[in-house]
Parts: sequence; structure tokens; C-alpha cells
Amino acid sequence: MIIDHPLLGPRDAAEFVYKGDASLIHRPDWQADDAAAAFHEYGYLRDNPAGLHRELWFHEQGDRSWLVVTRDTTTHEITKVELARDVARTEGRSK
Amino acid sequence: MRYSGFAVLKEALTGHRGWGPAWRDASPQNAYDFVIIGGGGHGLATAYYLAKEFRQSRIAVLEKGWIGGGNVGRNTTIIRSNYLLDGNQPFYEFSLKLWEGLEQELNYNAMVSQRGILNLIHTDAQRDAFIRRGNAMILNGADAELLSTEQIKQRYPFLNTENARFPIKGGLAQHRGGTVRHDAVAWGYARAADQQGVDIIQNCEVTGFRIENGTCIGVETSRGFIGAKKVAACVAGSSSRLMAKAEMRLPIESHVLQAFVSEGLKPLLPGVITFGAGHFYCSQSDKGGLVFGGDLDGYNSYAQRGNLPVVEDVCEGGMAIFPNLGRARLLRMWGGIMDMSMDGSPIIDRTHINGLYFNGGWCYGGFKATPASGFAYAHLLATDTPHPTATAYGFDRFATGHMIDEKGQGNQPNLH
Ligand SMILES: Cc1cc2nc3c(=O)[nH]c(=O)nc-3n(C[C@H](O)[C@H](O)[C@H](O)COP(=O)(O)OP(=O)(O)OC[C@H]3O[C@@H](n4cnc5c(N)ncnc54)[C@H](O)[C@@H]3O)c2cc1C
Repeated sequence: MIIDHPLLGPRDAAEFVYKGDASLIHRPDWQADDAAAAFHEYGYLRDNPAGLHRELWFHEQGDRSWLVVTRDTTTHEITKVELARDVARTEGRSK
Repeated sequence: MRYSGFAVLKEALTGHRGWGPAWRDASPQNAYDFVIIGGGGHGLATAYYLAKEFRQSRIAVLEKGWIGGGNVGRNTTIIRSNYLLDGNQPFYEFSLKLWEGLEQELNYNAMVSQRGILNLIHTDAQRDAFIRRGNAMILNGADAELLSTEQIKQRYPFLNTENARFPIKGGLAQHRGGTVRHDAVAWGYARAADQQGVDIIQNCEVTGFRIENGTCIGVETSRGFIGAKKVAACVAGSSSRLMAKAEMRLPIESHVLQAFVSEGLKPLLPGVITFGAGHFYCSQSDKGGLVFGGDLDGYNSYAQRGNLPVVEDVCEGGMAIFPNLGRARLLRMWGGIMDMSMDGSPIIDRTHINGLYFNGGWCYGGFKATPASGFAYAHLLATDTPHPTATAYGFDRFATGHMIDEKGQGNQPNLH
């Protein structure tokens, strides 16, 4: 698999480490009343779709950036690669 | 008909005209007491024990393809009970005991072969960990023996004990572990379940659940609605997809695991060897092929095929300890999709929906569990209480913090 890194261009997926579902960007508020339930869901429950999946890849053997990769889990086709930082910002996180 | 040496002889002399089909090709009835979704090893074993041990009537197994076409027919066939943790060890030992009596029980030759399994040791820390594991096994009634490098050299003279990075410093052996002919497990359970009156319905895909007021009353299938008092999901790598139809999210990711087989060779490897530090394991099939595997590809996948970096990684791991593997040609390789659970251990539990039960999350170790999984799931379905060896396999362990994390990898399913 080739991941088209937004800054570095196409790289072999073997340079990256897979870190799981991109929903992990959204860590729940630990002070909320429902924090225990929210962290159970965040830590353990997954949609795990057959089809398009947004997921985190860490460029460990490269520039050590985190990417959000949109990939089809039935074909391994990658349709979108974004910097995780940009995704977090557009989805409302400040840092 | 009962299989026996006499029957084989009689058929041999009369032109093999007397063998009938091993199970009926049943058509779905309108309703059952128990509908089991998934005709893999676990689903068929569940149906068999439910009918035989718990004397429940009107049972159907619904399989979307053909029975034995899933992971039960794709795995590397290793059975063992060399686990460490309390939640696991008694369960896998129970399973190994059921394997030991399986062929007599089912009247079917599943080629259960207790050729032994050897986990190699490469560091002092690993030796300490394996001694602890061996003690846990013995305390739970299993067998375990610590072997020295010399003993290993005698049995496996071709292993590279002097590898610079991973010298072999000993091993933990379980002589009762071994391999089983995987397809025969599905066929044997199917035949025995059929003889107990279970309907095995192939080419019947479950496409949805009918749930009314929080109770599941049956399933929608490609062959129409089938009513059921209790519905038991048991679909291995398809768990998330199936349970999403009941609006459940599971502590599971689906990953692909590849396996490999070489050309047929003369007898070389008497038992199963595992090289945990590099992640490679290998046995020799009765046809002579070296059957081996290693790590997951490591990212969510439903593709049922693997990618090349892992092929390279597994073969490198193999060559590191088993150099003459490089002289054998690779015959074929394949991949299977598995439920990787968040702590690496399975789930056998009721769901929050009345009448709907779940069995899954077997990761890449579920084949050895087939008999105990079937027995424990049947116990749960029949009595609504978990089997004594499977009490730890609940959904709530993730919420309460009682994970059964054999490998200590946390909630990273691709590392288990
Ligand atoms: C390459 C590989 C090597 C492995 N090696 C080992 C090993 O050495 N030792 C070990 O212990 N374990 C091993 N495993 C794991 C083991 O194979 C599985 O954990 C176990 O077989 C899963 O249970 P099963 O046999 O019931 O699954 P399956 O045989 O996959 O049964 C599930 C069935 O459900 C059916 N199904 C799915 N969705 C539906 C639906 N909607 N409606 C109806 N039917 C449906 C599928 O068609 C399938 O037949 C390995 C797995 C792989 C992939």
C-alpha cells in the first residue's frame, strides 16, 4: 500500500504504524458526568465498517507526523490523506 | 451410518456404493427454538452440544455460504492450552480435553494429532515468564515441561540455536498440544449435529434481526424470515457487520491474518514450534507441507487477502531460526478475517437485547477453542448462565476494567 503523504508525497505504508480508528482524535471530557461511559466507548467500542474507514497512521520512520487516511477496508484503496492536526482543527479542536 | 473399520472394509469390497451424504441438506422451517448464525466450527459445535448435552430441540444453523468455508477451513490448525491467566487457562484446558475425546464422541476422524508444541526461549526474562506460564498450566491440570537447548537440539537439530539476535536458550513444551485436520472438525460436528436433529441450512445469509420491544424474535434471511426463541450470533470475522444490524457496536476490529504452506517434504518437523520473539510458528502437515504464519497485517481489513510486507516479515522470521526453510518453495498463501478484540480474549455472553446472544472476538486463536466454545455457548443458551470455564468472557469486562489481556498489549487489537 502507498500512502500519499500531504507534505512528503507517496510513501510505502511500511514506513507507518497503524494507530486505529480516526475517532480517537476526539478524546472525551474527563470531567463530564458521563466520563466513565464515554471513555469505555472511546477506548473500546468501534464501528469497524466494511467499506470506507477513516483511520490514524503515524509516520514513525519518516517525519513522525500523524495522518488521517480514508481507506476502503474491502479493497485497501486509499481515497484521501490528511494531516491529523488539520482534521482536528477543522473538527473544532484548538490544539 | 456409523463409521468404523468394518464399514470401510465392507465398502471397499462392494465398490463404495453405500456411503450416504454426511448430513441432510435441510430447508428452513418457519420457526425454531434456537437459531445459530454461522456454520463455522464454533456454530456447528454449539448446535451439537446444545442438542446432545442440553437436550434442546428445534435447532438450526444458518450459514451464508457453505459450512467450513470460513476461518475453520483457513487456519493453521494448532491446538494447545498453554495460557497464563485465570480467565483463559481453565477454558483452553477444557477445550484440549474435549479435543482428546472428540473423534470417539463424534464418530469422525478429525486427525487429532498430539504431536506437541514448543515455545522457544531467547532471553532470561522470557525464560522466567515461561516458567511462570508453565506453573500456571500445571496448577490448572494441564501439562508443561521446560526443555534445555540440548534437548531441543536433539529433537530439532536443524534449528539455528546460535542466532546472534535470538539464540535459542530453551523452550516451554506442551506435549498434549498439536494439530487437527480443520475441515474435518466442521464436517464431524455437522454430521453429529445433523444426527441429533439439527437443521444445517447453507446458502442462507442473515440480513437483519427482528426485534420487538427489546426482544429478538427471529432473523431476516436471504431465504425469508425465520422465527426463534433464542438467536445466537457466531460469525467469526463478520461479528461487527452482523451485530451492526442490531445497532450494536462491539469492542472489536477486523484484521487479516495470512498463512503459508510450502511444497510437500519428507517428514522433518515432528511437532509445532513457535518463535514468539520474531513471531513465526510452523508445523508440518500430514501431506508434508510446512504450514506457517506470523503477525497480522495490522490494520482493519475485510479483504481476505494479505499484503506483501507481512509475507517478507514472516519469511524472514522463519529463516532466522529455521534456515533450511529457504530451500523449500512456497506453494500457496491465503488470508482470513478475524475479530480482533480489544484485550485479545473472546466474548461469550448475552447481549442487552433479550433472546440475542453473542460469541466472537476469537482473534487468531479460536480454532483450538472450537469444542469448548461450542460447549460453553450451548451452556449459556440453554441455561442463561455462563459455563464455569467461561465466566470471564463477558461484554462488561471492558467497562469494569476486568480485561483478560494475555499479552499485556492494552486496547490495541492489532497488537494481540
Ligand atoms: C490464517 C489463520 C490462521 C489461524 N490459525 C489458528 C491456529 O493455528 N490455532 C487456532 O486456535 N486458531 C487459529 N486461527 C483462528 C481461528 O481460525 C478462528 O478463531 C476460528 O476458526 C473462528 O471460529 P469459526 O470456526 O466458527 O469461524 P468461521 O469458520 O469463520 O465461521 C463463521 C461463519 O459465519 C458465516 N457468516 C458470516 N456472516 C453471516 C451471516 N450474516 N449469515 C450467515 N452466516 C454468516 C461465515 O460464512 C462463516 O462460515 C487462525 C485464523 C486464520 C485466519
